[in-house]
Amino acid sequence: MERNRRIRVMVAKPGLDGHDRGARIIARAFRDAGFEVVYSGLHQTPEEIVHAAIQEDVDMIGLSSLAGAHLYLFPAVVDSLKENDAGDIQVIGGGIIPEEDIPKLKAAGIREIFTPGSTLEDIVEWVRGNVNPKTS
Amino acid sequence: MTSTTETVDKVISGDVRAVARVIRDIDDGIPEVRDVLKALYPHTGRAYVIGVTGAPGVGKSTLVDQMIAHLRAKDKSLGILAVDPTSPFSGGAILGDRVRMQRHSMDEGVYIRSMATRGHFGGLTQSTRSAIDVLDAMGKDIIIVETVGVGQDEVDVVRSAHTTVICVIPGMGDDIQAIKAGILEVGDIFLINKADREGSDKTMSDLRLMIDMDQKKHEGGTWRPPILKAQAVFDQGVAELLDEIDKHAEYLVSVYGNLRFRSRKDKVREELSEMVKNRLIEAVMAGITGSGEFEDTVEAIVRGELDPYTASDNLILPKLALNDTG
Repeated sequence: MERNRRIRVMVAKPGLDGHDRGARIIARAFRDAGFEVVYSGLHQTPEEIVHAAIQEDVDMIGLSSLAGAHLYLFPAVVDSLKENDAGDIQVIGGGIIPEEDIPKLKAAGIREIFTPGSTLEDIVEWVRGNVNPKTS
Repeated sequence: MTSTTETVDKVISGDVRAVARVIRDIDDGIPEVRDVLKALYPHTGRAYVIGVTGAPGVGKSTLVDQMIAHLRAKDKSLGILAVDPTSPFSGGAILGDRVRMQRHSMDEGVYIRSMATRGHFGGLTQSTRSAIDVLDAMGKDIIIVETVGVGQDEVDVVRSAHTTVICVIPGMGDDIQAIKAGILEVGDIFLINKADREGSDKTMSDLRLMIDMDQKKHEGGTWRPPILKAQAVFDQGVAELLDEIDKHAEYLVSVYGNLRFRSRKDKVREELSEMVKNRLIEAVMAGITGSGEFEDTVEAIVRGELDPYTASDNLILPKLALNDTG
């Protein structure tokens, strides 16, 4: 077999938030960076996202929120990952997120937050620098 | 690093994390996973495998979603492998089939896994077959493999299914298209999805004609592939499809005595020759493309000093002792 570890990520839209243009653009940027991207679809609960991420064995979950519920939803994903013995899956977030919320989210275990103004290159570079494809 | 025995035990007990990781290792081509697969093999051969294939946009994922709902109502445990293409430019992939199946994501009886085609040499067939084995060993009753039916690889994948469902929609080009794709031979059941669209009767009669002309090639048996109409999004025609799948399973039992492909020489021969071929290609290719000589040759061609025919002779002949016609 040819050994070929590839970064596998999930792009997810938690909660009641129908705006997924940003998530789709990120998904494409990740694809173009050579990652395998599982897209969850809209209106997912944190538990649904975590279940899917475990079934798909992703290295990272990118959460997108434009509806203001990030302070509840993002940490809920991190907590659910830990409860399911999947704390090794990293979580990042993006969307319309006020500056003052970022430290709270990071304290809750979200590794990085990208807000409007972040370039696709920045985000891809961050993933390349911080997420390693899994090894057994 | 978990031990092989530990991993194997976890897979057999249905541990989702372990299963997910083994499939990842298969995908990533980690050599150690072969030991896991060897140990899992005796635990495989029980699941019923359904292949669902068809062009992009015909509604395969929606159909699979409805099939899941029906089969779960009968308390069958399910494994789903959804194969999507890898970008030939970046090597990345967007795997979106789950979107249509998201209502099943909290159901412990359903394991859904997306796989990218990756584009390695015949590797899709191999890695999908191995992933089927893993889901089989974890105890799934039914495994559904969804592929975009456009290439030989995808056709090969569905050959490992007990029943292959070919999904089409009305008005997708004339009948010649279907012949070109070479999908008629592998279809056990044909499903015209989005059947409310104009032209579904014509599609039905075109398919009927082609399939009946093709009948002689079909497994040498008496199975006449049925053609069904469906509107998967409204759950119409899905129960009928599952009935036909049951009938096809009964047919297989009536012809072969059981559903165990691994007791059939033709299937074992096919699987084994596929595996040998892939490993040979990998081993030989690794020796060639990994060598400095390969890159030097590329540059020589780019400079116009060499033609690729001579170059490939130079690379291959010393290694394989093939003659010119080989």
